[in-house]
Amino acid sequence: MPEEDSEVLSVAPDGRPSQDQPAWRRDFPLDWPEDQYRSRREFVSFLMLTSAAFVTGQFWIVLIQSWRKAAGKPQVKEIASANELAVGQAKLFEYPRPGNQCILVRLSDTDFVAYGQKCTHLSCPVLPRPDLGGMHCPCHEGWFDIRNGEPVAGPPRRPLPRVGLELRDGKVFANGYVEGVI
Amino acid sequence: MGGDRMPVTQNLYFYIDPSRCIGCNACVQACTECDTHKGYSMIQLDYIDRANSTQTIPVVCMHCDSPTCAEVCPAHAIKRTSDGVVQSARKPRCIACNNCVLACPFGIPKMNTRMELMMKCDQCYDRTSVGKLPMCASVCPSQALFFGTEDEITRLRPNSTPINAFQFGAQKITTRTRMLVPKNNVPEQLDVLSAMYQPTIGNVIEEDLLLDTAMSEDSYA
Repeated sequence: MPEEDSEVLSVAPDGRPSQDQPAWRRDFPLDWPEDQYRSRREFVSFLMLTSAAFVTGQFWIVLIQSWRKAAGKPQVKEIASANELAVGQAKLFEYPRPGNQCILVRLSDTDFVAYGQKCTHLSCPVLPRPDLGGMHCPCHEGWFDIRNGEPVAGPPRRPLPRVGLELRDGKVFANGYVEGVI
Repeated sequence: MGGDRMPVTQNLYFYIDPSRCIGCNACVQACTECDTHKGYSMIQLDYIDRANSTQTIPVVCMHCDSPTCAEVCPAHAIKRTSDGVVQSARKPRCIACNNCVLACPFGIPKMNTRMELMMKCDQCYDRTSVGKLPMCASVCPSQALFFGTEDEITRLRPNSTPINAFQFGAQKITTRTRMLVPKNNVPEQLDVLSAMYQPTIGNVIEEDLLLDTAMSEDSYA
């Protein structure tokens, strides 16, 4: 690290001394020692800004949660008729808003499950594999239990968001996300 | 020559004496052996007028006081260490944009596209920083490449004077590496581009594109 009175080694193209140079030259010096040097002031401002960013992030999380609560439960939406799907078949639908891709899978005559299709690891779309009893994320070989969406293998650590379902008059309705998993 | 030296690199300078170069390519081979060059040769042996002359010049980095390669680097990858040596681009920063390759007045930086990294003559930094000779200077049989103190060069080359000022168009360059010129005719600076205006042996410059462009630029001003 250079001393306070160290000379700047490289000369700017106009040949003037370093104190006459524009500020960006001092910020981006050509000399290795000056480039490596971090002043105490720089270090302290880095600490301040980083911790301020963390604090803002915490408030942001609280704000998002309160927005979610204020939005209330998503409305009930018809997504398929029961006869439409054979056992082991799946259907894509968007719930609660357009763009939120979800997938409905028929496990047996009476059992339906639906999950948000985003893998909880890095948001790849998961694919249903009812023959293997799981939801498969091909990106990093993540597996979720098809009955409850719990992660069973691979990198995901959180369960898939599960859509609550209701079977009425031979039709399948989505009625919000199952509490505690989103 | 060679052997044990004190690890004081501040007083050691690179001297190029083109008149001594015999074009043996030993420096080119030795350069690949340097640990900081990753197996690539960073020195270049220039033929002055290949059809008519055997004269060659070894070209190593001049280590400018105001390194143009570092000035033009948009990623601030090229840095000069405190002993005045301009280093190869730092791998985490280099974006392989070729700016330095195009900008250097002496044509020193070399782009390795496979590694996406600019590497250049760093005066064999692993060796010279501990007081050893650079690879090229250690093998040069005619001492066209010499690495040593000013005292040594004045004692060994009584008829030559080292010069480290260069002219490149409008740009004035002072360097750490010195070029040896005859003592009886020492120019104020060496013009890097002057060879472009001198016809090679048996040739005449019929059309001077560079001069034409320079003239038309003047008329715009």
